[in-house]
Amino acid sequence: MGEISLDEMSNEYFDVLRELGNIGAGNATTALAQMMQCKVDMAVPKVQLLEFKELGEAMVGEETVMAGIYLGIEGDIKGSIMFLLEKAAAKHLVGKLMGMESEGDEFTDMEFSALKEVGNIITGSYLNSLSSITNLAIYPSVPDLTVDMAGAILSVPAIEFAALGDRMLMIQTQFFDEMVLDGYFILIPDLDSYGRMLAALGINI
Amino acid sequence: MSVEIKVGMADLNVCVSPDRITTLGLGSCVGIALRDPVTKIGGLAHIMLPDSTTIRNNSNIPKFADTGIEELVKQVTRKGANRSRLVAKIAGGAQMFGFNSNSEMVRVGERNVQATKKKLAELRIPILAEDTGKNFGRTVIFYPETGDFVIRAVGKQEYKI
Repeated sequence: MGEISLDEMSNEYFDVLRELGNIGAGNATTALAQMMQCKVDMAVPKVQLLEFKELGEAMVGEETVMAGIYLGIEGDIKGSIMFLLEKAAAKHLVGKLMGMESEGDEFTDMEFSALKEVGNIITGSYLNSLSSITNLAIYPSVPDLTVDMAGAILSVPAIEFAALGDRMLMIQTQFFDEMVLDGYFILIPDLDSYGRMLAALGINI
Repeated sequence: MSVEIKVGMADLNVCVSPDRITTLGLGSCVGIALRDPVTKIGGLAHIMLPDSTTIRNNSNIPKFADTGIEELVKQVTRKGANRSRLVAKIAGGAQMFGFNSNSEMVRVGERNVQATKKKLAELRIPILAEDTGKNFGRTVIFYPETGDFVIRAVGKQEYKI
């Protein structure tokens, strides 16, 4: 099995990854709608391959406070996945889920664990769709949640990408219910897993 | 008029007083500020990984602690800083997530700090102050005029080291 470098990725591979991202984000939106028991719309996800230097500007700015849910994946595909949401959007989601407006600037313990569960369901449905398309086994670990500056949260997946190359693949998904919820998915398969994913889809590498 | 110079992830730059130099949202990455107190010439590097020698694809010099610090020293001395007078302040290297993963990447913040200290010791550049580790992100602003390294974190008062 050949090795794939994100820096020299052909358009074909990129299109495949983009499509996987689209489907994953679509499933995550459906899961979100079921959980919230309301209609949630999704804009066509934007898939970008970014240089590290551009990361902050591609998102909302490095110092914007965001909630980041991060979990490891094992199985045929190894690596990790992250889901990021702006703090205001995260508060809105959790408030809606718990049936009350969230007060104050900080998350209570209860809100924090509800948010972790939201992240768990969103990333879980994303990974499920990936697993069923590729017919590969994916086992997610227990998620961890942190609320901090976007740049600091992003440094974690960025460093994983940095060990492989000089760019990072990011899928931006916009959800709408009453407000626009900007979410970002970052899937970080290790190099062998890229090969396995593409091979499972019948693409020769 | 003083100018603020911005350094991105896996990036570095020099800065001369009265200008200041900043990098936003350091997580597990480490920010290394160098300064010659006499000429007031300084610089800042934002490194992501500890060691270029363990990675095959290592052409991106500012990405690694070892090659990044060497390059920063080269650039500040080229600008007029005296190599033997250089002093350092460092910040970052947090562990942003706590879960147990098989991946040694989880502890990369700590390894970045260790590699930074090792490289600075090797180059005989003293570390005057540090604010490293823990579990929160940091924005840093370095002033070559005074040597102040100002740190901003979510939910905390701005402080300097």
